[in-house]
Amino acid sequence: MNSSLALSSATFIYALASIFYIGSFAFKKQIFAKAGLIVLIIGFLINTLGIILRWIESYQMGYGHAPFANMYESLVFFSWTVAILYIFVELKYKESIIGVFASPLVFLAIAYASLSPDMSSKITPLIPALKSNWLIAHVITCFLGYAGFAVAFGFSIMYFVKPKNSDATSIFAKLPSLELIDELTYQMVVFGFLFLTIGIITGAVWANSAWGTYWSWDPKETWSLITWFVYAIFMHLRMMKGWYGKNLAWVSILGFLAVMFTYFGVNYVLSGLHSYA
Amino acid sequence: MKKNQTIPEQIWQFFCSVKLTVYTLVLLAGTSIIGTVILQNGSKQEYLRLYGDTFYNLIKIFNIDDMYHAWWFLLLLAILCINLVVCSIERLSITWKIIFPKKIKFNKERFRKLKNLQMFTVDNPGESQTDTYETFLSKTVGKVLKEETENSIVMYAEKGRWTRFGVYVIHSSILLLLIGALIGSVFGFKANLQLDEGETSDTAFMVKKRMPVNIGFSIRCNDFDVKFYDTGAPEEFKSNLTIIENGKESFTEDILVNHPLRYKGINIFQSSYGTAQPDSVIMDIIKLSDKTVTSQSIKIGQEIQLPEDQVSFKLDGFIPHFDFRGHNLGEAFVGTITQKDAKSFQIALPTKFPTFDKMRKGTFAFVIKEFEQKYYTGLQITKDPGIWYVYSGFILMIIGCWITFFMSHQSYFVEIKKGENKVLNVSISGTTNRNSQAMKLKIKKMVLKLKDK
Repeated sequence: MNSSLALSSATFIYALASIFYIGSFAFKKQIFAKAGLIVLIIGFLINTLGIILRWIESYQMGYGHAPFANMYESLVFFSWTVAILYIFVELKYKESIIGVFASPLVFLAIAYASLSPDMSSKITPLIPALKSNWLIAHVITCFLGYAGFAVAFGFSIMYFVKPKNSDATSIFAKLPSLELIDELTYQMVVFGFLFLTIGIITGAVWANSAWGTYWSWDPKETWSLITWFVYAIFMHLRMMKGWYGKNLAWVSILGFLAVMFTYFGVNYVLSGLHSYA
Repeated sequence: MKKNQTIPEQIWQFFCSVKLTVYTLVLLAGTSIIGTVILQNGSKQEYLRLYGDTFYNLIKIFNIDDMYHAWWFLLLLAILCINLVVCSIERLSITWKIIFPKKIKFNKERFRKLKNLQMFTVDNPGESQTDTYETFLSKTVGKVLKEETENSIVMYAEKGRWTRFGVYVIHSSILLLLIGALIGSVFGFKANLQLDEGETSDTAFMVKKRMPVNIGFSIRCNDFDVKFYDTGAPEEFKSNLTIIENGKESFTEDILVNHPLRYKGINIFQSSYGTAQPDSVIMDIIKLSDKTVTSQSIKIGQEIQLPEDQVSFKLDGFIPHFDFRGHNLGEAFVGTITQKDAKSFQIALPTKFPTFDKMRKGTFAFVIKEFEQKYYTGLQITKDPGIWYVYSGFILMIIGCWITFFMSHQSYFVEIKKGENKVLNVSISGTTNRNSQAMKLKIKKMVLKLKDK
């Protein structure tokens, strides 16, 4: 067993989980959703194993660093964080149907990492600036933040597929009440916001110990701040202005676009200190 | 706006609206994008080349070449701060009354109508069933208020009233951050210092303004070291520095990337490195006619007479990039040959291609044998007296977010009615200032626990 076998197996198991969830939604069979959760958990365990193996392999190669050092590794970890967060939400709120909107995200991220031709899965040595214990704290918190926003995005989509008056035979009838969707979206945004905040802060403290400045308006920093602003707007609109439903879901979708740009756009379109991942 | 308001009142009203907060945040987020797309702190030539004349003027008018320090961007931040302070003052008086009420009251009717109300019955209640519930409530929630009504006993308990302060903690943390940033930009500096191995200096150059700044003590770079991975990428680099004060050596320390030196409010960071001019080189001088070889050590600037009469060679210096017919051949030594007819010409000796000079087909060929690679170290020197405000802001912000988002003011209401045949009808409901869904789950859990009692 090596890490690349584990991670490509995880990709296919996540695909299977998504198929089960979508099947449960399309055919209104609860049993599929149950299977989906079990498959998702298996995928998650193998994903975890893959990350640990890769960590060990980097030590065997003499580089010795946590597997958070390039785009491939970050995508694998992104899948991992979305998966664990979603599994937690499903177990806590006992709503399995929402998996339709979250499990594909888990699959897509790791599939992009595994299948994209211009993604190098090689374990590479760490540049001196990344050699710090802050790396682990910074990456974990940022990605938990991203995961929260990703799941919130998945839930926001539900507002747009759920018709106002769905009769019992419609395939949308099983979707949770708008009230619950609203609450779940909000919970995920709050979770993401807390971790994005900690992620930005650990990044700032790290930058201050590596380069001597906690904020240098580097594109990655700026875009993470833009994302933070968008979700700050989301909070104020919801709590102080009483926004809810579709209007607020738009803000959440906009926020997730900002997350995506912070994650991918900055690396591919703009250049800066963060060009490694 | 109301008609009979004075101007200060109107200004106050303007700044205490959440609408203003949202618009300011939208503007901050939107305009921040500009600086990630348009080059920052570039030279005039770069802007003209990239954007042309018309846009260059626009860029200059709105300071877009340094937009995060432009007057209008700072103005937006200032508006956000005033807005935040005014809003907080306005609301704090109300929140204060909620957090420190004269007497805690609860509205029975309101709790009875709540959606999350759960009911269960107890068939054979013990004598002290109500007391058991009371102890449970006071243990898991807080102080219990008990009341007897005509046909029931009601209990009320609450916790987390103080968590309503959380949002003020976040807002003050933002102020603290910005104050720290302001202090740093007024009283601090960010500068670069390049030191060759063996060189000493007490003056660095500001990153943006290129102005010299005195550090307050001298730094000597004793030694620089770089290690490479087998891929050729740098693995680690470090400088051995000695701090010299008033002509005396204070101490010596190694600095690495991510391991800066902090001394007397000055931070010294390892930021870059490069090759510096070596002191001397050992070269073979080959006479091409009979292939006789003479080895000789030459210092930079030294002139030597070659074995053949009246020809001399002077080692002029070292260049990091030698350009040969459009190709960069890398580091090279440069020397001048003076012939007996006093004609002189310059030759280059690239270190990566030691036999390069043989191609010249002169009387003598110069071959680099050995030289000691010397480096310079690139240091970033900063001073930031505002950093502790910023760090306190960071800590406060995390605490504030935690309180605001993961804690809440929760109130629980339990009503016990005596039914027929000694049966007890118990109902539970609760309110919270946020996350009502989780409250529903909490009530359900509480029902399960109370059923067991």
